[in-house]
Amino acid sequence: MSETREPRLRRRRMDVKSGRVDLSHGAGGRASAQLIDEIFRDAFSNAWLDQGNDQAAFDVPLVPGGRMVMATDAHVITPLFFPGGDIGSLAVHGTINDVAVGGAVPLHLAVSFIVEEGFPLADLKRIADSMGRASREAGVPIVTGDTKVVERGKADGVFITTTGIGVLAPGVELSGDRARPGDVVLLSGSIGDHGVAIMASRENLGFETAIVSDSAALHRLTAAMVAAGGTGLKLMRDPTRGGLAATLNEIATQSRVGIRIAEEALPIKAQVVAACELLGLDPLNVANEGKLVAVVEAGAAEAVLAAMRADPLGREAVAIGEVIEDDRSFVQMTTSFGGGRIVDWLTGEQLPRIC
Amino acid sequence: MKHVDEYRDGKLARAIAATIAAEADPTRDYAFMEFCGGHTHAISRYGLEDLLPANVRMIHGPGCPVCVLPIGRVDEAIELAKNPDVTLATYADLMRVPGSRGASLIKAKAAGADIRMVYSTLDAIRIAEERPDRQVVFFAIGFETTTPPSAMAVKLAEARGLTNFSIFCNHVLTPSAIRAILEAPKTGGLPPVRIQGFLGPSHVSAIIGTKPYDTFVAEFAQRIVVSGFEPLDVMQSILMLLRQVNEGRTAVENQYIRAVTPEGNRAAQALVDEVFELRDSFEWRGLGAIPHSALRLRERYATFDAERRFAMTPIVASDNPACECGTILIGAKQPADCRLFGTVCTPETPMGSCMVSSEGACAAHWTYGRFRDRARASAGRAAS
Repeated sequence: MSETREPRLRRRRMDVKSGRVDLSHGAGGRASAQLIDEIFRDAFSNAWLDQGNDQAAFDVPLVPGGRMVMATDAHVITPLFFPGGDIGSLAVHGTINDVAVGGAVPLHLAVSFIVEEGFPLADLKRIADSMGRASREAGVPIVTGDTKVVERGKADGVFITTTGIGVLAPGVELSGDRARPGDVVLLSGSIGDHGVAIMASRENLGFETAIVSDSAALHRLTAAMVAAGGTGLKLMRDPTRGGLAATLNEIATQSRVGIRIAEEALPIKAQVVAACELLGLDPLNVANEGKLVAVVEAGAAEAVLAAMRADPLGREAVAIGEVIEDDRSFVQMTTSFGGGRIVDWLTGEQLPRIC
Repeated sequence: MKHVDEYRDGKLARAIAATIAAEADPTRDYAFMEFCGGHTHAISRYGLEDLLPANVRMIHGPGCPVCVLPIGRVDEAIELAKNPDVTLATYADLMRVPGSRGASLIKAKAAGADIRMVYSTLDAIRIAEERPDRQVVFFAIGFETTTPPSAMAVKLAEARGLTNFSIFCNHVLTPSAIRAILEAPKTGGLPPVRIQGFLGPSHVSAIIGTKPYDTFVAEFAQRIVVSGFEPLDVMQSILMLLRQVNEGRTAVENQYIRAVTPEGNRAAQALVDEVFELRDSFEWRGLGAIPHSALRLRERYATFDAERRFAMTPIVASDNPACECGTILIGAKQPADCRLFGTVCTPETPMGSCMVSSEGACAAHWTYGRFRDRARASAGRAAS
């Protein structure tokens, strides 16, 4: 489950009897959250799932004090190969990151492939090699897997699901419901790179940029942050599908607080701004695959920020805002003009299949 | 980003805001309508409302192409998409516009209709070329800005001998809508709204020029400042309108001189004129039927007209009676005045079209501005 509980919004429940899944249910916005809440959470409900995090932390029976983290992620991206990565490296990084932002040290990955009949073996090998390389570089081996082949037309090339487990050091307690007014919101680097790289590499959009995906494994960065922040580090989350906007809204909703960020503090590459301008997108809604957001106590902010900047993947880390009191759980932004606006969940149809 | 950042300079905006505050007469109330959804979006996205004095009020106008499309036309498009021979190519904005009984293109797509989201008319032409076995229909909507590309697509389709391409034409005309709002007190069809001036369209005016607005000064003693879509453009144009009021002038002025001329884009006008002709009357959501306010394909290009090719029958359907899109579109009400706003009507589950497009007044207020509602409500209570 990579969505949290949905905003507290008076709204119609889904029409389960005659409704159908549509693309907005997969876009990472409010409709996705509603699908998870009303279909999956209803069916699976338990203490771990109901925390609503991107990963679940659980005690290990028979091991006193032992705690682990587990996360899973399905990858259906198109195109399969893009500047800065491919579906294989993305599947490794994505799941490592979901484990790592839970504060855990990732240990092992499992992978399952759904391959469409007719898929070129050369492409499959290229993807597998890329996964192997990514997992070796991260030091998180792929230790088990499964492969299914479906008839032509029943899948689109290859879909990859990865599952990861990790171990939590004693005393590490991160969760999306721990943000409190006065806490500081940190961001590890520029936003929108992955989404724009994917969109640019889709031939039908007809433009090219120099932007490459930021896809990367963040577990070394998170380990440094855990060490530097101690109990002052409240939570971390990686703003993938739905972008920074969705992640901040998830945190605000889960913690029942407001968040206020400053537009001028947001690091966004000029090419990303330009591409978003052309496509009519807001960089705040565009996906990232190698960035994270952290909420820390004000007293720990400087130490955590310094630890982030010391890591190659956090060199451009900045404080982007603060947690405020707000029973409506709004994420607000002071614009570069000095006015105010809401930063809302993504609505509408972002281009499908970016992760 | 060059040619954009210059128009989004926060410091300059605050300087203009200070000038507006200094020049606004505290004994007056200023009410200006921004006609275009693009302006609505810029005002909301940059929080410009916070930069204006309390007695300078912006009223959202009907210039959101998706918003003014009547529910019956949406139903017709859905029916067309259900035709097993048809591939409907559409701008993404239209996917969630509600038709009758909760239907929408995105739901029709989930149920099996072949609907493709495209960025331009050329994408639709390409689909038609790649799939000669499919009848590709482009769902053409919009004001004068999107009409020339539709005309170009028709000409291209003819030149390339495409027999499987057509357009479902819903192009509408800006001056007709402005006239309908200004004539409301006379015709009584719409609730009258006090407007002391308009922020005139930017992209539309790049096509049609500023001349078509002259008549509104002559006939209605109105003020029009054609304004760019960037936030600084909007601020400067508001200042220009305010000065006209203070000086007792009524005129058409052009703030957007970097793109708009009095005559407009003659080549685009000629292209549109070659392919399209005026409809006798067209139904607008909120504004009702307006004579000579929309276009259809000329007889010469009838073969590219989806309405004729598929013998489409007009569907008349009414909006949800609780939905205030109609009164919001003409500025008589504000989004938060609607009982459905934010309760059952949100961008995810829109009841009315104003909640769909980012240019719609309700979606803009929901997405960017609704944090102000509580302060506004308590201010209202304190005042009463």
